[in-house]
Amino acid sequence: MSSPTKMKAAIKGEYAEVKMLMQHVMENGRRKDDEGNVIPAWYITAFKVKHKDEVVFEGQFGTSVSKNPYLICRFFGAVAGEKITVSWVDNRGEQREDDAIIE
Amino acid sequence: MHNQNRDSIDLGRRQSLKTMGDLSLLGVLTSLGIMPNLALAGLSAAAFEAKSLDAALDALGGFIATENAAIQITAPEIAENGTVVPVTVECSLPQIEQISILVEKNPTILAASFLIPKRAAGYVNTKIKMAQTSKVIALVKANGKFYRASKEVKVSAGGC
Repeated sequence: MSSPTKMKAAIKGEYAEVKMLMQHVMENGRRKDDEGNVIPAWYITAFKVKHKDEVVFEGQFGTSVSKNPYLICRFFGAVAGEKITVSWVDNRGEQREDDAIIE
Repeated sequence: MHNQNRDSIDLGRRQSLKTMGDLSLLGVLTSLGIMPNLALAGLSAAAFEAKSLDAALDALGGFIATENAAIQITAPEIAENGTVVPVTVECSLPQIEQISILVEKNPTILAASFLIPKRAAGYVNTKIKMAQTSKVIALVKANGKFYRASKEVKVSAGGC
């Protein structure tokens, strides 16, 4: 089971700024455990930020994004009190979606 | 000898059949709506598998990118801990479509690639892993053309 993405969204002048902390191990598939076995790759491959059913930011990750991916994006056309949704999928096909209200 | 050759050909064929199988499974999952809205258009897996900067830029379509001062990379001069290196890319070019972050000396070069919809600002801030001291490159696609900027980050303890 995955953990919720921690999020904070706030209006900053002309744009809304969304800070996200996705909870994921982001294993790159090259590390070894104490017994010398390779730890399989396990990482978020894609994410989306939505506002009013419209994608306002999205991206793809490789294996060089740090554990528990941290991300800030900015988008226009939102006001305080509206909802944003952040979703991700990893290379095992696991998904999750979380929302936050813009402050 | 002859048999050995045949075996390796068969193996190659089996591998490509398996790859095709994986791809069609992805297609089926997507069409069933199991992997609904997260599949991204326009980005190839090859870009993320690239083991050299040239190959990664090529796979992104940005092999011929001109240096542009409108792209600003903010990252530490010296990163004490290579497992968490903060990187901000900000770009004031009009009609930005895509921002990619690449690390020249990482085992896999492309760290992340962001598609910038019309409503988004040309801005992204994230944290990446760096194996060693390297150039960090921001590749920006704006109005159909590619531009780049780079910044050297010294890494005290690599973390990839």
